[in-house]
Amino acid sequence: MTTAQVVDLVAAVRDPELRVVTIGELGIVRDVAVRDDRVTVTITPTYSGCPAMDMIRSDIEAALHAAGFAEVAVDTVLSPAWSTDWISEPGRRKLAEAGIAPPAAGGHRPVSLSLTVRCPRCGSPDTEELSRFGSTACKSLRRCRACLEPFDAVKTL
Amino acid sequence: MIRFGDVLGLADDALIAAQRLGEWCSRAPEMEEDIALANIALDQLGAARLLFAYAGELEGHGRSEDDFAFLRGDREFRNVQLVELANGDFAVTMAKLLFLSAYQRLLYDRLAGGTDERLAAIAAKARKESAYHVDHSSRWVVRLGDGTDESHRRMQSGVDAVWPYTHELFEGSSADLREPWLAEIDKVFAEATLTRPADGWAPTGGRRGLHTEALSRLLAEMQVLHRAHPGATW
Repeated sequence: MTTAQVVDLVAAVRDPELRVVTIGELGIVRDVAVRDDRVTVTITPTYSGCPAMDMIRSDIEAALHAAGFAEVAVDTVLSPAWSTDWISEPGRRKLAEAGIAPPAAGGHRPVSLSLTVRCPRCGSPDTEELSRFGSTACKSLRRCRACLEPFDAVKTL
Repeated sequence: MIRFGDVLGLADDALIAAQRLGEWCSRAPEMEEDIALANIALDQLGAARLLFAYAGELEGHGRSEDDFAFLRGDREFRNVQLVELANGDFAVTMAKLLFLSAYQRLLYDRLAGGTDERLAAIAAKARKESAYHVDHSSRWVVRLGDGTDESHRRMQSGVDAVWPYTHELFEGSSADLREPWLAEIDKVFAEATLTRPADGWAPTGGRRGLHTEALSRLLAEMQVLHRAHPGATW
C-alpha cells in the first residue's frame, strides 16, 4: 500500500457525529506518516471538549488495523487551531444535502454584519436562530421562516 | 516563564466552572438552554483537560488529569472563588458566566500570543470557544436586565451578589486585564439597563487554596465515585 493510499484510507473515516462527512472532508487530519508497518496519524480537535475525539481515534486505529498495519498511533495537535474554513467544498455540499447548513466562510476574521444562514432544505435566506448551541458542540439550532423546518447549522469557528 | 501553579489555576477555573454549569443539565429554564449550558460546560472541561495534562508535565511527578481532578482536597485547588459559588438562580449563573468568560477570553487572547508555545496552542483553541460563551451570557444578561421589572430585579441582584468575587480574577499578572474587562462588562450593563456595583469587599484566597464551603460540597459530589472505586473505568 502506498502512502497516498494510506492517507486516503485515514481520510475516509467517518465523523461519528456528522456521519455524512469524512474526517478528511472535515479537515481534522493533519498528518499521516508511514514507516514499514507502523502508521502515525496526527489529528486536531474541532472543539477542545469534543466528545467524538476518542471514537475518531479508535475508528482510525480500526481502519488501519483492518488494512494490515500492526502498529498505529494517533497523536493530537492543537496548533494551528481548527477552523470551519478547513471543511472542504465536497464536505460542505454533503452537509447541506443532509439538511445541515454548512458554516459561513472566514471564521477567523471578524465579520461586521451578520450573514444569513440559508435553509438547507428550501434554500430560503429567511431563517432564524433558535439556539446558539445545538445537538453537538459544533452546531447551532435554526428554523426556516419560509418552510418552517428546524435544522442544524455548523457554527463558524 | 510559566509556572506550574499558574497553569493549574487556569485548569481549576475551567474544571470547577464546568462542574457548576453541568449541574444545570435537565434543570435549565428551557430545553435549548439545557443544551447550551451543557455545551459550554463541555468546552470548559475540554480546556481543563488540556491544561491539566500540561500542568502534570510541568510538575514532573507523573500526575494525570484524573489525579488532579479527583484526588486533591479543597486546599489544593487553585481556582478563583467566583467559579465555585453555588449556582443560585439562573440570573446568578449568567452573571458568573459573563464575568468568567469575558476574563477568560482576554486571558486566552494574551496567552495565545505568548512565548510558551504549548499554552499558546491551548489558548488559541479555547479563545474561539470563549467568544461564544461571552456572546451567550451577554445576550441573557441583556434579555433579563432589559426585560420585565421582575427579571431586571433578579438580574441586578445576581450581579450584585457575585461582583465582589470578580476582583480576584485580576490579582497578580492579570491586573492589567481589568480595564478592558470592565469596558466589555460596562457595554453589556448599559444595554441591559443594569448598574455596575460599587467596588468594596473583595474576597480572595482561591489562588492560594483558600476556598468557600461551596467548593467542598462540589468536590464531594464530583469526586465521590472515583474515591469510592479508585481507578474505576466504564
